[in-house]
Amino acid sequence: MSTATEDTMPTHESGPTTEIVRLVDVGKAYGNVTALREVNLSVRQGEVTCVLGDNGAGKSTLIKIMSGLHDYDAGQMYVNGELSHFSSPREALGAGIATVYQDLALAPLMSVWRNFFLGNEIRRGPLRLLDNKRMEQVTGEELTRMGISIPDLDRPVASLSGGQRQCIAIARAIHFGAKVIILDEPTAALGVKQSGVVLKYIVRARDAGLGVVFITHNPHHAYLVGNHFVVLKLGRIALDEEREDLTLDQLTAEMAGGDELAELSHEIRQMDAAADR
Amino acid sequence: MSTVSTSSTPPAASSAAVEDRVAPRTGAVKLLRLPEIGALLGAVAVCVFFLIVASAFRNVDNVGTILYGAATIGIMAVPVALLMVGGEFDLSAGVAVTSSGLAASLLAWYFNFHVWFAVLLALVVSLLIGLFNGVMLNRTGLPSFLVTLGTFFILQGVNLGMTKVVTGNVASNNISDMQGFDSAKNVFAWETSIGSVAIKAPIVYWLVITVIAAVVLRKSRFGNWIYAVGGDSDAARAVGVPVRGVRVVLYLFVGFCAWLAGMHLLFEFNTVQSGDGVGNEFIFIIAAVVGGCLLTGGYGSAIGASLGALIFAMTQLGINYAGWNPDWFKTFLGVMLVLATLVNVWVKKKADAR
Repeated sequence: MSTATEDTMPTHESGPTTEIVRLVDVGKAYGNVTALREVNLSVRQGEVTCVLGDNGAGKSTLIKIMSGLHDYDAGQMYVNGELSHFSSPREALGAGIATVYQDLALAPLMSVWRNFFLGNEIRRGPLRLLDNKRMEQVTGEELTRMGISIPDLDRPVASLSGGQRQCIAIARAIHFGAKVIILDEPTAALGVKQSGVVLKYIVRARDAGLGVVFITHNPHHAYLVGNHFVVLKLGRIALDEEREDLTLDQLTAEMAGGDELAELSHEIRQMDAAADR
Repeated sequence: MSTVSTSSTPPAASSAAVEDRVAPRTGAVKLLRLPEIGALLGAVAVCVFFLIVASAFRNVDNVGTILYGAATIGIMAVPVALLMVGGEFDLSAGVAVTSSGLAASLLAWYFNFHVWFAVLLALVVSLLIGLFNGVMLNRTGLPSFLVTLGTFFILQGVNLGMTKVVTGNVASNNISDMQGFDSAKNVFAWETSIGSVAIKAPIVYWLVITVIAAVVLRKSRFGNWIYAVGGDSDAARAVGVPVRGVRVVLYLFVGFCAWLAGMHLLFEFNTVQSGDGVGNEFIFIIAAVVGGCLLTGGYGSAIGASLGALIFAMTQLGINYAGWNPDWFKTFLGVMLVLATLVNVWVKKKADAR
């Protein structure tokens, strides 16, 4: 897979793409704790915006604002050019912003197609019964189109791998009209191979014209697919660069903590020296 | 990737996440994966067993008796099974049947209501009990085991207390001479026969409820929501399923069926014993579990619960017909419950492994 980096290079250079979501100086405080301040972020069609940060950096707060779980209390959020405040996840969904959480996506004992259409079931006939055949067929087509092949859609999703489950959740969001998908650490609990499945899927979603917000703490995963990188630190933006202006090493160093890491390395060396004595 | 020639193809082609380790399943495996398959095999086994050991079991006349026994359990086991698929319990289901019968009987007698009016009031009482369980569950966030255990004791006390207040006795008074009794009996406790097989009203109601519940569960949007709420209520809520509403409707359905069962009791025997129904809640749960319901929710079957009720009735009557000591029936029941659960788990594992 030596060509992976080239394959996933930004695709928007041919022209400007539409901005779907824009955050301007957004801030959020929980009581006297300011979780997020002066955050600027833009999510564009056909681009992957990566948000990186350590635990407690404010990533979750940022997701919750965009997905409608919490409202922000400073700055502005524009969705399709309109100033927006979401009061529920349903409103965010209505505006085309879907969030796929790492662990909160599918009912484990239900079949793939039942999960795919959960909440959006296709019904027919005078009794409004489920059109199982059609739902199974559409699920198969949609998953194949996005490059996942699951031969038996009647299987309970619990029997699938973590990567496949993430992909099904993402495919579902796309099929039901999402313009922006926010992925909350989709690769955090996955092995190398499964992470690859999800990352390839992110690229497909991007190429399908969606705006993708990819939340992660893995700079290697981010750099494989990202067009734009934002690093959060203690609720503020510590780095905000286009892919062209950034190398993987810079990104890794920024994520690892830069100066803090150098200091840590110094301290550990001292401890080693003390132990050797 | 064993041949050299494929290495020249672009990696993207092979990387489309094609999962070729999973072969398509055959029809037989699909059949094995049905949640009610364990109960079906169990029902056949119990039936064959008693056909061999109990001569009275082979008498066609007794088919009606066995079905009647199954129906009185099945009418409640089916809604309880749906509730369990939705991830909740109802420990008050047994006494709720008695409460409904008592409500109709006591109201009619005390206020001298027309019997049909008392029957409708009893329906309201039963639905309110269901509503109470559902709303309490949603509001408090306590486990349904605890909430309905509370309801169980409340109803048990009310049943006895109200009956004593109204009649001074532990059973309701005989209302068979009151206005409207006969027409209500014709609805809730009629009896007919097909050949030499006696068919009582609950048998028909039981079959109708089973069919409706099975269709709703497998083939309706609401059924899909029941599975989702029981499987992962957070995931269900995230895609817009009204989780709380689904729970309340399931408890209302239990309430409705408790009313139907309670009305049969009343019009079959003319009076209702206030202490009846205690312990039946576990029999409903056993039937549902034997029928393939998981205690953890998200999986199960309405038809399975009915088969569980049938196994229960065949065993109870089979022991009688065989002339064995019926004192040991409950022991047999406990063993059967554990065995049935083990068989269900085993069949599910086998089916998933293929």
